[in-house]
Amino acid sequence: MESPFDRNGLFSGLYGFFADLTPESFAWLAYLLAGVVVVFIVINGVMLLTAFETYMERRVLGRFQTRLGPNRVGPFGLLQPFADVFKLLIKEDLRPAMADRLTFFLAPVLMVAAILLVAAVVPFGPNTFLADLNIGVLFIVGIPTIATVAMFLGGWGSGNRFALLGAARAVAMLISYEVPMIVSLAGVLLLAGSMSLVDVVEAQRLPFIVLQPLGFFVFLVAASAEMNRSPFDLMEAESELTAGFHTEFSGIRFGLLQLAEFGELVIISAVLAVIFVSGWQNPFVSPDYAQWLPGQLWFLLKLVFFLLLFTWIRATLPRMRVDQVMAFAWKALFPLAIINTLVTAVLVVAWPEPEYGQLWIMAAINWAVAIACLVLFSRFLERHRERPTASVQLVEIPAEAS
Amino acid sequence: MVNLPSEQITINLGPQHPSTHGVFRLRVTLDGEVITDVEPIFGYLHRGTEKLAEERTYTQIVTLTDRLDYTSSMINNQAYVLAVEKLAGVTVPPRGQYLRVLTAELQRIASHLMGVGFFLQDLGASGTPLMYCFRERERILDLFEMLCGARVTVSYMRPGGVFQEPPPEFWPAVRHLLDTTPDAIAELERLISENEIVLARTKGVGVLTKEKAIDSAVSGPNLRASGVAWDLRKADPYDVYADMDFAVPVGSNGDSYDRFLVRVMEVHQSIRIAEQCYRDMPGGPVRSELPFFFRPPPGDAYAHVEASKGELGFYLVSDGGIAPYRCKIRSPSFINLTVLAEMLIGWKVADLMVIFGSLDVNMGEVDR
Repeated sequence: MESPFDRNGLFSGLYGFFADLTPESFAWLAYLLAGVVVVFIVINGVMLLTAFETYMERRVLGRFQTRLGPNRVGPFGLLQPFADVFKLLIKEDLRPAMADRLTFFLAPVLMVAAILLVAAVVPFGPNTFLADLNIGVLFIVGIPTIATVAMFLGGWGSGNRFALLGAARAVAMLISYEVPMIVSLAGVLLLAGSMSLVDVVEAQRLPFIVLQPLGFFVFLVAASAEMNRSPFDLMEAESELTAGFHTEFSGIRFGLLQLAEFGELVIISAVLAVIFVSGWQNPFVSPDYAQWLPGQLWFLLKLVFFLLLFTWIRATLPRMRVDQVMAFAWKALFPLAIINTLVTAVLVVAWPEPEYGQLWIMAAINWAVAIACLVLFSRFLERHRERPTASVQLVEIPAEAS
Repeated sequence: MVNLPSEQITINLGPQHPSTHGVFRLRVTLDGEVITDVEPIFGYLHRGTEKLAEERTYTQIVTLTDRLDYTSSMINNQAYVLAVEKLAGVTVPPRGQYLRVLTAELQRIASHLMGVGFFLQDLGASGTPLMYCFRERERILDLFEMLCGARVTVSYMRPGGVFQEPPPEFWPAVRHLLDTTPDAIAELERLISENEIVLARTKGVGVLTKEKAIDSAVSGPNLRASGVAWDLRKADPYDVYADMDFAVPVGSNGDSYDRFLVRVMEVHQSIRIAEQCYRDMPGGPVRSELPFFFRPPPGDAYAHVEASKGELGFYLVSDGGIAPYRCKIRSPSFINLTVLAEMLIGWKVADLMVIFGSLDVNMGEVDR
């Protein structure tokens, strides 16, 4: 039987182990048990990574902001995430009187479920993944949209106007950013010739970040909007809407929303690592050679790199306004993604089976196009041609005699 | 473009809201994201300062002025003691005057840094610029602690001079501050002044025209950003400002960006003034002796200073007793706030906090 689990080494091993223990007619039970164990490992792995990410983000952000960050619980504050979860668990679970009972309950659960679902198709290493879905790329951009629905449910169901505004922004924005996000991946799909994430990794003789600079840029920006990270964190804009759609959530419901948010960050970073920097492969040598490090470790290093990149962006940039964010999606990102797809399509037709050297030529052409497009678009979208600080001048005023 | 009609919603921003700079409440009516009506409501921090002043001696009132605009207590002290000195005809020794100008300028730096930091925080810059500003402000507060033991509510000035001679370790610390702060401010400017998102969010947002600013009696950096070259340190010099060499930054557009930039540039000018005070600091006593029960002759006096937020004035009426008969405070934040509602109409919710933050209003001063 051809199943999505066939290339999963861990699953096959476990299945063999359980099949030996159970009678022949209970093969389905062995299949189920093996599946449950693997899913358990993946979900907890993602949760642990997320917990680590909250700690790392707070520490790194602290250093950016000339302060220390959490350093009291455990060595170097490493146990801080666990203390936070414990605190959230024992907090009173408040539900506002105006809230809609069903949607208020459903929102956090749905959001976490949507994020964890994406983890199913992410290859964490060679033969270390839950399922090698043949539409994996579509899955990873499609499923997080459920989280948007959850956000809207939460914002609407809270019976709070700040939350409603946040929810309205979330829907408007996330739907806009889905489009450039999907189109930016088209180039990658053309090059890889498959939608399976495992195939995408194996197709990367050169990391796709080298071959698809424009696609990477558009995906990075669209993804940070998708998971509402700075500078696109409009739906929970603290200084405007208190906390946006999760204003009314408290206790572990709030905890789940935070988990989903940081979980999405981890998953998107993982997807970036898989699609653009060749996942578990050593990026410095061709995959035919030795790896130096286990593939899982390579993957983790790339994942942490992207997490740090997102933290850096958050520490640096102020927030954009809602109309500017929408204009940016449609006027800049979408055309860029289309151009990228067209150029890649032409290159793929020109060299259907590229040699290693021809890959470098493709990369050079793509970089030239990317730089030209970015320069053109920044000229086109620029508002201030003169130096902006010129509007304020120093004036010498003689002091009046008192 | 079709304008779809939508139901308007009214939201209450504040009194408990992350970016209302104290306890300020705005009842905002929105059409989608666009503001159609604003009603500012204040009074949540009313402590009856003016009335309390009638029950205290002239020296005790200094402690009340600390709590007006708690981000610039030194300048509040200065405005008050100038009014008392005018009322009683007290002269201040030069060293006292120089110390006042030095501390007032340091306080202005601290206050502007706080205003700029919170303005950028309102833009959504998740804390980094705010912490950069606070790092510098913290060092100024350390200096104040050396002077008088307090960091925020300093009560450092007295009618007739200042509280006491600075300790010896104060001077090297001032030197160090004056040497290092300009670099730190430059670092902040590099990070933010020409950031594309900051420009997109603030250029042309919340324009206060020159005429409107003058008609509404707006003062301070907000007035100067609208293109009016008016600074009380130049127009009506007090203490030793007449001897100081400094320029006044004046904006041209009157938008949020100009208000932000005027503050940043004023920080550099304040450093320049503090540098001159440090260089020219004369010797001698820091305070002229006044009797313990200090009774100014009957009469009235008004003194105003260029506080960090604008023109801060104290009007004192004496009936010859040990406490003023009346103490009226002209607070800049209160008057600057009167233009807010008009500036907000037609902008989006996200701009509300930018415009409000760019006015740099302090609620302690609005509700006296």
